[in-house]
Amino acid sequence: MVPLSYYLALSGILFACGVTGFLIKRNIITIFMSIELMLNGVNLSFVAFAAQWGTLKGQIFVFFVMVVAAAEAAVGLAIIIAVYRTRETLNVDRVNLLKL
Amino acid sequence: MLHLILFLIFGAICVAGAVNLLVQRHPINSALSLIVVMGSLAVEYLLLGAEFVAAVQVIIYAGAIMVLFVFVIMLLNAGEEERTRGSRVALLFGIPGMLAGSVLMGWVLLEHSGTEAVPAGALPGPPKIIGWLLFHDFLLPFEVTSVLILIAIMGAVVLASRPESVQQTKKEG
Repeated sequence: MVPLSYYLALSGILFACGVTGFLIKRNIITIFMSIELMLNGVNLSFVAFAAQWGTLKGQIFVFFVMVVAAAEAAVGLAIIIAVYRTRETLNVDRVNLLKL
Repeated sequence: MLHLILFLIFGAICVAGAVNLLVQRHPINSALSLIVVMGSLAVEYLLLGAEFVAAVQVIIYAGAIMVLFVFVIMLLNAGEEERTRGSRVALLFGIPGMLAGSVLMGWVLLEHSGTEAVPAGALPGPPKIIGWLLFHDFLLPFEVTSVLILIAIMGAVVLASRPESVQQTKKEG
């Protein structure tokens, strides 16, 4: 028997790690992975609450979050490839113009 | 008791992977530690009784999405990231803000969330019921996500294709 707050604490730690990575990392791919980490933390809290209330709808929402994450990863990585092709760098400090 | 031990072990692996993602400087190491995080999260889902979510987590997240990431890292030949000096304003406001946020979150978790235990495996989550829910109660969102995936595919192809090759095909056609 694991208390609900343990699951929420784990999900909060994962989300905080994601936010920290998003802020301190300079590589655009690692920043993207930090976003995935945040989504994973939210998914864990969805499933924990679903188990707590005994409903399956939380799991359905996790499914939709995963679909959105997959679509986001596909489009985002394509944008990263386009940025690298024109600017020849992955450092976000050097990608400081809106035009390509 | 066994559930608590398993939760603690895989939770520790999860947090260690997340911290390793932040510490590593090469993106491929970060990607591999993110795979560790996702794998141990799948075990946490299994402990909660969400078999379908655990399977989808391994197949889609650890499988498809992370393969895409590793593929892009290899394609772009990404090296170690160069550290640049952060702004002092960020340090000045970021560290107190982070401390305040974590204290607030810990207080809310300890004071306001139920401490009653989540029964392990209590969730009736066989894929059959989830499929029924998806195609009855959530039919419209399900169909909308299929349109979203289609748009994402077309967007990825358009964004990642070289501009020159598009012009060439136009000239030829």
